[in-house]
Amino acid sequence: MAVMEQQSHTAGPVTRLGARPKGESLWVDAWKRLRRNRLAVLGVVIIVINLLVAIFAPALAPKDYKTQVLADNNAAPEWVISLFPNMKAKGTEGGFVTVNNSYLLGADSLGRDLLSRIIYGARVSLAVAFVGPVVSIIIGLIVGVVAGFFGGRVDNILMRLVDIMYAFPTFLLVVLLMAFFRTSFGGAQQPGTLAYTLGELDASMGGMLFIFLGIGMTSWMQMARLSRGQVLSVREKEYIEAARSIGTPTRAIMVQHVLPNILGPLIVAETLTIPTYISYEAFLSFIGLGVNPPTPSWGGMISEGARSIATYPNQALFPALALFFVMFAFNFLGDGLRDALDPRMRGVD
Amino acid sequence: MARFIARRILWLFLVLFTVSIITFTLMHAVPGGPFAQEKALPPAVLANINAKYNLDDPFLIQYLNYLGDILLPRITSGKQPKSLEHEFLINIKLPGEGDPTLRWMNWGPSYKSSSRTVNDIFRENLPISFQLGVSALVIAMCIGIPLGIMAALKRNTVYDYAGMGVAIFGVSVPVIITAPLLQYIFGVQLRAVPVSGWGSFQHMILPALALGFTQSALLARLTRASLLQVMNEDYIRTARAKGVSERMVVIRHALKNGMIPVITVIGPLFAALVTGTFVVETIFGIPGMGRFFVTSVTGRDYPVIMGTILLYAIFLVLANLIVDLIYAWVDPRIRFD
Repeated sequence: MAVMEQQSHTAGPVTRLGARPKGESLWVDAWKRLRRNRLAVLGVVIIVINLLVAIFAPALAPKDYKTQVLADNNAAPEWVISLFPNMKAKGTEGGFVTVNNSYLLGADSLGRDLLSRIIYGARVSLAVAFVGPVVSIIIGLIVGVVAGFFGGRVDNILMRLVDIMYAFPTFLLVVLLMAFFRTSFGGAQQPGTLAYTLGELDASMGGMLFIFLGIGMTSWMQMARLSRGQVLSVREKEYIEAARSIGTPTRAIMVQHVLPNILGPLIVAETLTIPTYISYEAFLSFIGLGVNPPTPSWGGMISEGARSIATYPNQALFPALALFFVMFAFNFLGDGLRDALDPRMRGVD
Repeated sequence: MARFIARRILWLFLVLFTVSIITFTLMHAVPGGPFAQEKALPPAVLANINAKYNLDDPFLIQYLNYLGDILLPRITSGKQPKSLEHEFLINIKLPGEGDPTLRWMNWGPSYKSSSRTVNDIFRENLPISFQLGVSALVIAMCIGIPLGIMAALKRNTVYDYAGMGVAIFGVSVPVIITAPLLQYIFGVQLRAVPVSGWGSFQHMILPALALGFTQSALLARLTRASLLQVMNEDYIRTARAKGVSERMVVIRHALKNGMIPVITVIGPLFAALVTGTFVVETIFGIPGMGRFFVTSVTGRDYPVIMGTILLYAIFLVLANLIVDLIYAWVDPRIRFD
């Protein structure tokens, strides 16, 4: 709790009265801690590299991600073939793999360049990694802050709603919501209606909008519980009472004093949940409810490749490696952020 | 205690009721019914099928009928078609003339496979998922908890880093990667176990490992964090000051309290694992419940959607109830008010 009070110094003029020698805010302090954590820095580096890859995908990709060259289906370069003992090049005894060194990682079953598809696939995974949390924070924060701040019956009803939402199997609910969005808003709609606009927006994003919504709407409950708990502990603090006593309106108290002081734990929790969102997208692609083809996504590529893992292991393993690095990076970053921001972990180290 | 359990069971019904209303509304809101196909059926045929399954009734009537079929017990007597045994989950022969039978919980037919009912799906597919889920949970606990304890007790040593390295690896690799990878290494390259299928103990090893490994990583991290926090408590210092051996401090005092967050997670984990996991069951070709979580929605198989969701909800609420009871046993300070 000591740290919560330190955090409060960022919220108002009290900072100058703070006992910290250099008057550093928690955020500056946390940033310094984070920089010292080598694994977290590695995570940030991997994420930044991926972001750059996603942004400059058209310049980086050696080939077009959707051009199918049927003569080259399942082709692989020499180094990939020598890497996997069960892949035998055509021409050798029992060989079945077309050798083509112009595909740096090989080609998929439709003769599309794997490397280019992995590069473009970064767009989907990173978009989900950043937008998924935003949707779930927005819903969860509103529910949690309202419940925690107003308390009483409002709190009771909202938290029971959260309990009930927890009783849904997440995957089935996501699938149900996706089916609902896709069929209600996709296809032929009257131009000008909300359904039409949503459907068009989703189509222009390669089907990602509904993935964001589906994932966000099924994973806000943890945020709601967490932010409610935070609000409950912050609400009783002296600076809130002080703000109230000088006549600050409720909304201003919430936005200026409560919100900044509960954000830390929320950011930590959300960063640690990002790998879950990425794997949701992979799951949705796996069952065919992911992004619209031919937009590549790592999850989709893995599930496609998994079907022929015995003969062409490269088609599943390379996108899996890409997915693995990003998940790794977000986990490192989340752990690092928690150590830097979470008050309880401070006493431990 | 009895009051607490009674209240939780009441809560169970409230949850199931709300979950069923939300699901029923949402699934009927999805355009396209169970019998809408690419090649449209003649309107008369469609009307007949809808009438057969009472899909032409008003929405509210359909819901009440569904609820009634499940909740209201019936007593039948005389010669009954064999299919009733499939429709109702519980069939109890009563003593008396004319073979009276108490039948309860009719979960409805499956629209997509007309010869099976939702109960058939429960009876045939749930035990498979249950078996797989329990083995995965046991693997997860046997790897995860000791790993977490070791990492916490030997904090900042090579054991800690190695253990947490394995754990972060486990959380970072989704099952859709581990499953094909395990298949490739142990099935294709080493030929130690079958690549896929179901029926023998050998078939279960890879899927249970794939499922259990990811969860074990989660448990390991949680165990470590929770134990580290507990080890800083005053009562641990008191115990040490009393001269209790370090071993007993850990076993008696730290573990008991440190396990509370872990138990909290295991409850929902149990519910999620035993009701079937789509990805693992699909990759390994296991005929469990998992696929119904997806195919029921894509096929608009209303009774199967309702059945799987409610089944999961029942498992979840019951698992949480058991977790709460374990709390009381582990930590007597936790009172049920």
